[in-house]
Amino acid sequence: MQFNRKHLLGIRELEAGEIAHLLDTAETFRDVSRREIKKVPALRGRTVINLFFESSTRTRTSFEIAAKRLSADAINISVANSSVSKGETLLDTARNLEAMAPDCIVVRHSMSGAPQHLARMGSAPIVNAGDGSHEHPTQALLDALTIREHKQQIQGLKVAIIGDVLHSRVARSNIHLLTKLGASVSIAGPGSLVPKEFGELVEAGLRVETTLDDAVADADVVMILRIQRERQDAAFFPSMREYAVHYGLKAKHLALAAPDAIVMHPGPINRGVEIASEIADGGRSLILDQVTNGVAVRMAVLYLIAGGGRTELDEKGH
Amino acid sequence: MKLLIANGYVVDPVQGINTGRDLFIEDGRVTAVLERGQERPTDVELLDATGLIVAPGFIDLHTHLREPGAEYKETIASGAAAAVAGGWASVCAMPNTDPVNDNAAVTRFIIEQAQRAQLANVFPVGAVTKGLGGKELSEMGEMKAAGIVAISDDGHPVPTGGVMRRAMEYARGFDLPVVDHCQDMSLSAGGVMHEGRWSLILGLRGMPAAAEDMHVVRDCVLSELTGSRVHIAHVSTSGALEAVRRAKANGLPVTCEVAPHHWTLADDALEEYDTNTKMSPPLRSRNHVNALLEGLRDGTIDAIATDHAPHHADEKGLEFDEAPFGIVGLETAVGLAFDLVNQGVIDIERLVSLCAANPARIFGLKDRGSLAPNAHADVTILDPACEWTFDVSRSKSKSRNTPFDGRSMTGAAVATIVGGRLVYLHPDYSRITDSKTRNASAK
Repeated sequence: MQFNRKHLLGIRELEAGEIAHLLDTAETFRDVSRREIKKVPALRGRTVINLFFESSTRTRTSFEIAAKRLSADAINISVANSSVSKGETLLDTARNLEAMAPDCIVVRHSMSGAPQHLARMGSAPIVNAGDGSHEHPTQALLDALTIREHKQQIQGLKVAIIGDVLHSRVARSNIHLLTKLGASVSIAGPGSLVPKEFGELVEAGLRVETTLDDAVADADVVMILRIQRERQDAAFFPSMREYAVHYGLKAKHLALAAPDAIVMHPGPINRGVEIASEIADGGRSLILDQVTNGVAVRMAVLYLIAGGGRTELDEKGH
Repeated sequence: MKLLIANGYVVDPVQGINTGRDLFIEDGRVTAVLERGQERPTDVELLDATGLIVAPGFIDLHTHLREPGAEYKETIASGAAAAVAGGWASVCAMPNTDPVNDNAAVTRFIIEQAQRAQLANVFPVGAVTKGLGGKELSEMGEMKAAGIVAISDDGHPVPTGGVMRRAMEYARGFDLPVVDHCQDMSLSAGGVMHEGRWSLILGLRGMPAAAEDMHVVRDCVLSELTGSRVHIAHVSTSGALEAVRRAKANGLPVTCEVAPHHWTLADDALEEYDTNTKMSPPLRSRNHVNALLEGLRDGTIDAIATDHAPHHADEKGLEFDEAPFGIVGLETAVGLAFDLVNQGVIDIERLVSLCAANPARIFGLKDRGSLAPNAHADVTILDPACEWTFDVSRSKSKSRNTPFDGRSMTGAAVATIVGGRLVYLHPDYSRITDSKTRNASAK
C-alpha cells in the first residue's frame, strides 16, 4: 500500500498499510543520517515551513534537520503565543505563508485541531507536529520505528503507556498506531489523568489499568509520558513528590515486565518524577534511539507529503 | 382590515382543532375558525392555504438577537426577519446583550427596535442578576412593567443555590418564570464539547453531562422550596431530562425546552473540528440524543426552542478552543422539527404544541399559542410536503454559523402572519396570495 494523502494530520485516520509504508520509507532514510555526507537531493527546490505556535526544541530541530537532509529549503517560524493574543489569526498567518508557495507546512499548536483547521480552510499540505492533546503522528511513527528496530514487529507485542494519558497527544497517536498494527496496549496513571472512558478510544486492543504493576506486567515495551504541567490548569494530583512515589517508573516495576522489555519516553524527561534516572540512562532505555529515528521518520513524511511522490530520488532509482 | 385564510387544514391543539377550516381575522385578532360550508365573510383579503397546515404562530422561547452591543452579528431587525422566514411569529430575546438587559431602559429599547422592524413579535427576557454577574438581583419588577416575559442569566448560569433561591422567590411576586441555562461551571469550566469518547479522541476539553444534570436537579429542588416556575433551557442530557420528568411527576411547576441541533446531531459531528458544531450545551453522545427523542415522544419536553446564537465568520474562523459557542437556528428549526414528524417521533399536532401552544403557556403570553376567538392573529402556515435544501447564503440572519448548510429537509414553514399581517411568504408559494384581491364569497 502507498501513502497518497495530501496531509498527515493524525494516525487515527490511517490504514495499517499506510503506516507500514511510512515506516518502510523511514527505514530507507535512516541510512542517510549515518553517512559522512548526510544529504540527498530528494526535495531539492522544495520549501518546507516549520510553523511552531508552541515552544519545542526537539521536534522543530528534528523536522528542520529532516528537511535539510532532503535538500529542501527549511524555514522556521516560531510564534510565541496563540493567534488571539498576537492579533493575527491562525488562518491569516497560514494564508500569508501559503501565498509564498511552500510545498508543505509543518504545524505545531497548543490547541487541538489547529492543523485540521488549516488543512480544511487552506491550500498547502499540512503535517501535524503535535496539536494540543490530540495527536502527534510523527512521534508515534518514530516510536514504532524504534520498536520495530528492536522487536522486529509490532504485531502481538504488549505495550504499557504510563502517566498523563489525558493530556497526551503522544499517547493518543501511539494507542491508534499500536492497536492498528496488532499490539495490545495497557494504560495506567493517576485516575484523574487516565479517565476510565479512555478504553473506548479504539475498538479493541486497549485496556485501562488501575495500577502501574498491572499495566507493566509482562510488557514488551514500557512507554513513559511526560507530566505536562502546561496543559493542566488545575491540580490533577496533589504534588510532584506524590506522583513520583506512586506513578514514577522504578526498577521494581520494570522487574514485572518481560525480561527483554524496552523503555521509551518522548522527552523531555522530568528526571526522578515520571522516570527514575537509572532507568532513563539504563541499558533498556531507547530514549536517544527515538530521537535518532525521529529524523528518519520526518524525512519519510516530508518526502511523501512535500515531494508529492515525484522527486529526483525516484528518477535516480533510490 | 379583514383576512381570510381559506381552504387550509387548521391544527390548534388548545382548541382541539385538527381538520379543514377557514381562519377569519379582523384587525389583528382572530374572529373565528369557520367550518367548511359555513358562509364566508365578504370584502376580505384572501389567502389560499389549499394543501397547507394553518397553525397558531410559532413562538421561540430562546433567541439571541445581539442588539444592543453586537450588531455586527445580528440586529433585532435582521433576527426578526430570520425568525419570520423560519416560521417564528414571536421570539423571546435573551438578555446577554451589551449592555445586558438587566434594566427597564434596555428592555424598552429592545421593544422599540422590534416595533420599528415590524416583523416578528419580540418578547425580551430580563437578566436574573445585574450584569449576569450571578450576585445581585436585577430590577425585575421594573423590567416586567417594561415588557419582559421571563428572567434568565443565559450563558452565565447563576452559580450559587443561595442567589438562585432568592431570585426564584422574588420572581414569583411578579409571576415571572425563571429560565436557567443549566451548567455547573466548576465541572464544565474550560470545556468546549461533550465529555466522552469523542472528546478523548479529539483531545478537546470536555463538559461532562453531570455538569448539566447537577444544575437541573438543583433548580428542581429549589422550585420545590420556593414554589417558583422554573423553565430549563435547551435540555441536552438524559440525566437532566430524567430530573425534569421526576419533578413533573411530583407536581412541581418545572418545564423544559430542547434545541433542534441537540436531537439532530451527536458529538461525532465534531470530528473535523468544525466550529459550527461548537455550542453550549454541547452536542451530546448518541445515548443522550436518544433520550431527547424519547422525551419528545413521551411529553417530558414541553417546547422546541432554537437557541439562535449568531456569530461572525471571523469569530467562528478561530481555532476550535477560541471560537464562540452557538449556531444560528431560526430558519432551520421547523425543517428539523418536521424530521421528527417524518420519523414518527411526534405527530403534527404535537409539533404545534411544542412550537406554539406550550411556549405561550410557559411564558404566559396572553392570547397567543392558539387561534381561539380574540387571540392575536399570529399564524404559521406549514407545508409538510415541501422538499427543500437549506442554503445559508440566502439566510436573512446577518450570521452564517450553522452546521446545516446544504441539508435537505421535508416540511417547512411557508408563510408567517404576525398581528394579521403577512410578513413572510416563501418565494415558491406565491399562489397563496394569487386570489388575494378576489371576493371570497364569490368563488
